[in-house]
This record gives sequence, structure tokens and C-alpha cells, in this order.
Amino acid sequence: MKFGIVRFPGSCDDIDALQAATRVGEAVLLWHADHDLQGVDAVIVPGGFSYGDYLRAGAIARFAPVMAQVEEFAREGGLVLGICNGFQVLCEAHLLPGALLPNVSLKFVFRQVELEIVRADTPFTRARIPGAPTPRLSIPVKHTTGRFYAPEDELDRLEAAGQVLLRYAPGHNPNGSLRDIAGVCNELGNVFGLMPHPEHAVDPLSGSTDGLTIFDSMRAHVEQHVLA
Amino acid sequence: MRARVLVRPKAGILDPQGQAVERALPALGFQGVRNVHVGRLIELDVEDPERLPEMCDRLLTNPLIEDWEIEEGGIEEPR
Repeated sequence: MKFGIVRFPGSCDDIDALQAATRVGEAVLLWHADHDLQGVDAVIVPGGFSYGDYLRAGAIARFAPVMAQVEEFAREGGLVLGICNGFQVLCEAHLLPGALLPNVSLKFVFRQVELEIVRADTPFTRARIPGAPTPRLSIPVKHTTGRFYAPEDELDRLEAAGQVLLRYAPGHNPNGSLRDIAGVCNELGNVFGLMPHPEHAVDPLSGSTDGLTIFDSMRAHVEQHVLA
Repeated sequence: MRARVLVRPKAGILDPQGQAVERALPALGFQGVRNVHVGRLIELDVEDPERLPEMCDRLLTNPLIEDWEIEEGGIEEPR
């Protein structure tokens, strides 16, 4: 199982994502200007400030050469995970529904939040934490532009179609996201974006290892469906 | 052609930046201000103005959250 982590100019969580993925499989960095995904089994678009986030977060990065390959990989059913800025990039690329707007507070938020797993039967959430009493994850957020938005009828459709995979637990919505949505997937279920940072919650030293659930789920899915 | 693209947050989407400005004005003694919204102004020289709408839809704005309007003119370069 090999993860590929995209590195744009301005990415800053690429190494944490690389190290997190390395805990469950192999992982390599993919350069934004390359046209080659190096045969990876899953792609992670990491957090940061791709191309400076000039204009809008993710607006310019979505046109990076490597993104054409990522889009093709996604169309063919490959697993693509977007974290924070990566989520913004995938929304701008129309690989995911909705958009991320500035936090209602207009302030940068950096805190640990509790997330409710809405669906635990997806390639990104299937590895439940053994023994956990409730299907919750404790994972940090750190962003200024994380307010998930989609028109009301689109939100209804996303919920009905089971595309909302993670919600902020009551009282934990850090940015004013509509319907407390923290993470959504595409219709096919193979592209997933979330604002919280699972790659920052993989070592007991940092207080929680709940983030491993996401990477371990992806590994399990790929080993069962792709490599088997 | 010199053009300016006015970018506005779509009507109905919560605009905390506009709200912050609206709250700040009375504190400075400016009463009677309502419905403040903060958007962006993009000025550019363009050889083929007919392509401007496509530029707006594909890069300059995100049509899901923003409306755009094109005006001819603007401050000439160089400034």
C-alpha cells in the first residue's frame, strides 16, 4: 500500500501527512509540477497555503499539473483524501461538493475538536477505534477558512446520499460550518475532504491517535479492494 | 480593453466581514448604515473581452459562493 502526498509551493502539512501515512504503509511525496503519480494506491492533498492561497484558498492549486493526474485517478475510483487546504483544493476542482468560506469569527482557530463519525462503512472511516464507546474522533483543527457551505437543497441532497461522513460534535463547530459538517465525500465515495487534521493526531505524544482511523481505513480499503 | 470585475458574496450567504464593518461604523459615529457587504475588485487589461465571463467562472470567482459583474474602464496602467 503506497500513499502519495502532493506537495505544492506553500504546502506545510505535507511532511506530517507523509509520516502519518508511513505508520500504516509506504508513502512518497508527489511534486505539484509533475505529471506522474508514481503508481501510488491513494493520494493525499495536504494542508497548507498552496500557491499562497492567493485569490481564494485552493483556487490556483487546482490547476497545478499534478491535479490533472489526481482528477483522472479519482475518476477511475482511486482514493483521494483532502485535508484542510487539500479539502479546499478538491472543492475548487469540483471533485467535492460545496465550498469553504472564512470562519464566522473571522479568526484563525487552532484547537482540538470532537468529531462524530456519521458513517463508519466508508473507505475513510471503516477502521473504528477498538473499544471506543461512541464513534467519535478527537482531532485538531487549525484554519481561517473552514466554514463549509453548500446551498440548502444541496445540503439536503448530500445528507440523503450519505456523503456527510464527519460532523463536529455538539458545541465543537469551530467555524460556523452549515449543519456542523466537518467532512464530505463525493458521490462515488472515493474522494473525501475534511477540515480537521488527522495527520496531527497519530502519536500519543500529541494527545490523540484518533487520526490514524482515517489512514488505517484507507489502507484496509486498498488492501481489500485494490491489492487483493 | 481595461476592465474591472466586481466580485460579491452571493446573496443569502452569511457575510461576517460585512457584518463586522456594519458593526464598526456606528462606533465611529456613522449611523444609519445597513446591508454592508465586502467583496473584491479585480482590474485587468484584456485583449479579448469576450473571454472575460469564462475567466470569471473558471478562476476569478467561485460561482457557488460569489457573483461577478464586468465593467469596462478602470484606472489605467501604469499608475
